[in-house]
Amino acid sequence: MNEPLPLLPLTLKDVSFEAGGKRLIKDLNCCFEAGPRTVIIGPNGAGKSLFLKLCHGLVPPLEGQITWNDSNEISSRFKQAMVFQRPIMLRRSVSANIHYPLKLRGILKRDRISLTEEALSRAGLGRLREHPARVLSVGEQQKLALARAWALKPQVLFLDEPTASLDPAATHAVEELIDAIHKQGAKVIMTTHDLSQAKRIADEILFLFRGRLLERAPVERFFRQPENDLAQAFVKGELLWWRLGKANRKNQRKRDGDK
Amino acid sequence: MDDFGEAIGAAFHLLFTLDDQLMEIVGLSLQVSLIAVLIACLIGLPLGAAIALFRFPGRKFFAILLNALMGLPPVVVGLIVYLALSRSGPFGVFGLLYTPAAMIIAQVILIVPIIAALTRQVIEDLWLEYEDQLRSLGANSTRAIPTLLWDGRFSLITAVLAGFGRASAEVGAVMIVGGNIDHVTRVMTTAIALEVSKGDLALALGLGIILLCLSLTVNGAVYAIKETAQRRHA
Repeated sequence: MNEPLPLLPLTLKDVSFEAGGKRLIKDLNCCFEAGPRTVIIGPNGAGKSLFLKLCHGLVPPLEGQITWNDSNEISSRFKQAMVFQRPIMLRRSVSANIHYPLKLRGILKRDRISLTEEALSRAGLGRLREHPARVLSVGEQQKLALARAWALKPQVLFLDEPTASLDPAATHAVEELIDAIHKQGAKVIMTTHDLSQAKRIADEILFLFRGRLLERAPVERFFRQPENDLAQAFVKGELLWWRLGKANRKNQRKRDGDK
Repeated sequence: MDDFGEAIGAAFHLLFTLDDQLMEIVGLSLQVSLIAVLIACLIGLPLGAAIALFRFPGRKFFAILLNALMGLPPVVVGLIVYLALSRSGPFGVFGLLYTPAAMIIAQVILIVPIIAALTRQVIEDLWLEYEDQLRSLGANSTRAIPTLLWDGRFSLITAVLAGFGRASAEVGAVMIVGGNIDHVTRVMTTAIALEVSKGDLALALGLGIILLCLSLTVNGAVYAIKETAQRRHA
């Protein structure tokens, strides 16, 4: 019998994306292997969420190629999961929300039930299984979104600022779940604004700025000594738009001088 | 004023004496309208959702056409169905003319565009919110149709009620294809039209009041169910 094809590596080659005449992702090249947890950081408008959506296949690139090791579109889609900053819960019970994607994957009912129970219990949502999902708190909904992803046993889990609107306790619970999913064998690719969280979770950091990948480094090195000057400023907590403004003004003066 | 007082009196008299003929007419009216709404839902809900979700040439044209067909003149529909079901028509062999089935067919044709057009709008709005999540979970547009119809059920109730309203109030088409035959195809609206033509305005108004009450009851019951379910599921 053939072994199922591993989903990774994921390769992005000269990927660009444009919307409304504005280039939001520019000539992006990178490759993701199984294993280390990747955290993507950068200021607002850097293209972090868009980067995840491109990788996950929710938006097609304008230019370039995004290729998975498993090139079958359906099978590669079913080996991934994504948790959004504001997850959409279906208007049905908590357990039915986990059942739904399992059913889409053609998983037998008895297996769906056991996977759902396992995921609910791991997320600490067992007592809420029959509750309507939409009446859960934001933190519980995010845990449910992770439980839903957990049940899918993904090879790659994309997380788009999953703790952006959560309190510290809920953030801790979500981070524990992310860690558990990673230990289950999933490659975690996540975006965050929270540098402390990036230090806690990441094995490697990707620094994005205005649609460009400016630096990729192991987490310790990135936070100790980032190579890119904008990454240095970002880590120090400086306002990048101001730095960029200064740089632009300097370049402008230089251009004026050349004239 | 006298007519109005008499009408209310006639309505109460008919209701409290449980007039057999009235009950038969009310029963047939509900039967025809509810079956027509059910069939129109089976066609209109997926049709509206499909036009909302699938991208195909002429999609905008279909959306505009559906909106335009919401105002289909019942008499024209009645005439078309009459021609189709009459002995010389393409479906004359089935012998459906002047039967409740013919009335249901005419009402379905009238209601489908209403339900489909309102469904398209509801599902299109819902798709904006759900698209990324559903596609991420592995649902393509086809699989998303039943999901969105179920998740949009509280909003879609309004579409179904609009269809029911049109069906229960409709007179032109059912008069042509049903013929208003006593004990066979007489419904509330055609009975009212008949009483008006006979000059018995009080009875006509009485029947009208009962029709209004029926419509209010159905709408009220559905609204109550919708509110309760919506509170539960948010």
